[in-house]
Amino acid sequence: MLKIENISVSVGGKEIIRNLSLNVKRKERHVIFGPNASGKTTLAMTLMGIPSYKITSGKIFFEGKEITKLSIVDRARLGIFLAFQNPPQIRGVTVNSLMQILSNGGKEILQKVYLNEDIWSRELGVGFSGGEKKRLEIAQAFAMKPKLLILDEIDSGVDIESLRLISKEINKFLKKNKVSVIAITHYGYLLDYLNFDKAHVMMKGQIACSGEVKKIWKTISKEGYKRCEKCLKK
Amino acid sequence: MFEEVKRKAKEADKRKAELGPDLDLKEFSLKAKPSAKISKLSELSKEDKKSASNVGIEIKERKRSGSFFQMDHSVIYENVKQDGLEIMSTAEALKKYPWLKNYWWKAIPVDSDKYTAQAELEQTHGYFIRALPGVKVKLPVQACLFISQNGLAQNVHNIVIAEEGSELQLITGCTIGLHVSKGLHIGINEFFVKKNATITFSMIHSWDKGVDVRPRTAIIVEENGTFINNYICFKPVKSLQMYPVTYCVGKNSKTSYHTLLYGVGKSYLDVGSKAELIAEGSRAEIISRAVAMDESQIFARGHLIGKNKDTKGHLECQGLLLSEKAKIHAIPELEGKVSGCELSHEAAVGKIKEEELWYLMSRGLTEEEATSMIIKGFLNPETIDLPPLLKYQVKKIMEKVVKGF
Repeated sequence: MLKIENISVSVGGKEIIRNLSLNVKRKERHVIFGPNASGKTTLAMTLMGIPSYKITSGKIFFEGKEITKLSIVDRARLGIFLAFQNPPQIRGVTVNSLMQILSNGGKEILQKVYLNEDIWSRELGVGFSGGEKKRLEIAQAFAMKPKLLILDEIDSGVDIESLRLISKEINKFLKKNKVSVIAITHYGYLLDYLNFDKAHVMMKGQIACSGEVKKIWKTISKEGYKRCEKCLKK
Repeated sequence: MFEEVKRKAKEADKRKAELGPDLDLKEFSLKAKPSAKISKLSELSKEDKKSASNVGIEIKERKRSGSFFQMDHSVIYENVKQDGLEIMSTAEALKKYPWLKNYWWKAIPVDSDKYTAQAELEQTHGYFIRALPGVKVKLPVQACLFISQNGLAQNVHNIVIAEEGSELQLITGCTIGLHVSKGLHIGINEFFVKKNATITFSMIHSWDKGVDVRPRTAIIVEENGTFINNYICFKPVKSLQMYPVTYCVGKNSKTSYHTLLYGVGKSYLDVGSKAELIAEGSRAEIISRAVAMDESQIFARGHLIGKNKDTKGHLECQGLLLSEKAKIHAIPELEGKVSGCELSHEAAVGKIKEEELWYLMSRGLTEEEATSMIIKGFLNPETIDLPPLLKYQVKKIMEKVVKGF
């Protein structure tokens, strides 16, 4: 489904990701842990094709097709969706006008992510709470029905109760559709609500280790990311 | 009195305006073929109806309390649908009401520049609209100033009075016929908002690349009065320069300006909003949004003057620059003349933020579609305080103008 082959990525001339490889099979769910500034968001933005994240070497394949040089729009149309960590504010562009462009972006989708209907006429991101931002990202994912869903820190800025409710809907959505998932997170809360097949730890722009989800999270919560640094040196 | 006014006008007939390109008035014709009166707006030609609709004129007048239509130099239609409301040509009003001379050039000096001078010396009607004391005119009055003959100078003088305790909404649409490639519109607008009265004035302009436009507008607002000014110009124009000013002379009087500009082609737009907070407790708000495309040049001015204690004003000016050859010059000015006045401003001019574009593109929009969506959002009438009936119309115009490019 998704195959990342030895990519290096620079942002503003500074190398953030170095020689990273990753394989995600159809319907597989991967979670990526990592401390701040380890390159997790850079990976998400690179997969979406955001131009300021420049791939300096390596290749990305999606469903067997190379997409390394493909534009954002083309990737979106192939079925890659990124739920942004910090979606921008766009003045005057209402939730309504954006959702109407998405194929299944009807009003009823808002209920699924527990958004109040008054958000429909509000401007994108303007005056949104942290939780509202994340919910709207998920609502858009549901509307676009992607093949690869990238969740960038969907659990930050959201209270536990909301996270539980949103996750329930994400689970339902994943059950119904053939979606692969890459979720990026700082914390382990997400694991209480969403199941993953594989976990990775990102450190300094590389994958320091990969393996069984519970085992990896247990190590991180016990010994911190310092432990992972050791693995990286190996 | 009139001789004195004429004498002053003559003295000023060569006086250049402080702002905007200087025009040679001899290039424009003063004579127009008279147009015949019509008994309803639907009698206008199909083309003219379309042009008028594009500037907010409702041909069927269903949601209007009255209409005024001037074709070139002829007033061809007047209709009043509510008691306590008066609509007529200013020439007629001057004959009917001798007291009107006290309002004539009261808010604007006749010798301001050659355009005010020409409006006096070569005046060709304009409208007189008045709401009688205590009358609340529920639906908007509409007025259309239309140039149909090529090369014509239209010199109108409009006077609008909201008597004590009255409320009036006015939509003025100024436009041209399909075959007009050159023309000059001079519009004198004097507004008088009496004690406890409110006027909401919305002006939509739709010109073309060969037309010059010089409105001269001033408003006097008395105690507890409110004046709201909305201005929309989304179509090309050769040059347009105006700097309306509100004098808040009455205690607790208020004014607000909302301006949406879309510069295309080689349009030269110099549009400002000024408020003088003269009386205690007066308030002003100025909001302007300008989008500059192609080789357009936009000057977005704003000027707040605090002349009394407990006066407040805020100015917000935003510009979106969409072409390397376009220019936006935002000039916000704050002038506090006494302590106890509170004036503030925010101004920002820049390109579309890439993060916004990329975000929308990640939702499957092409760059063109995303750009158009952001521009429409920037000019979205929902985000400024336009009258509800007008919002729909402005959105409709915007849909036509801002397409993919």
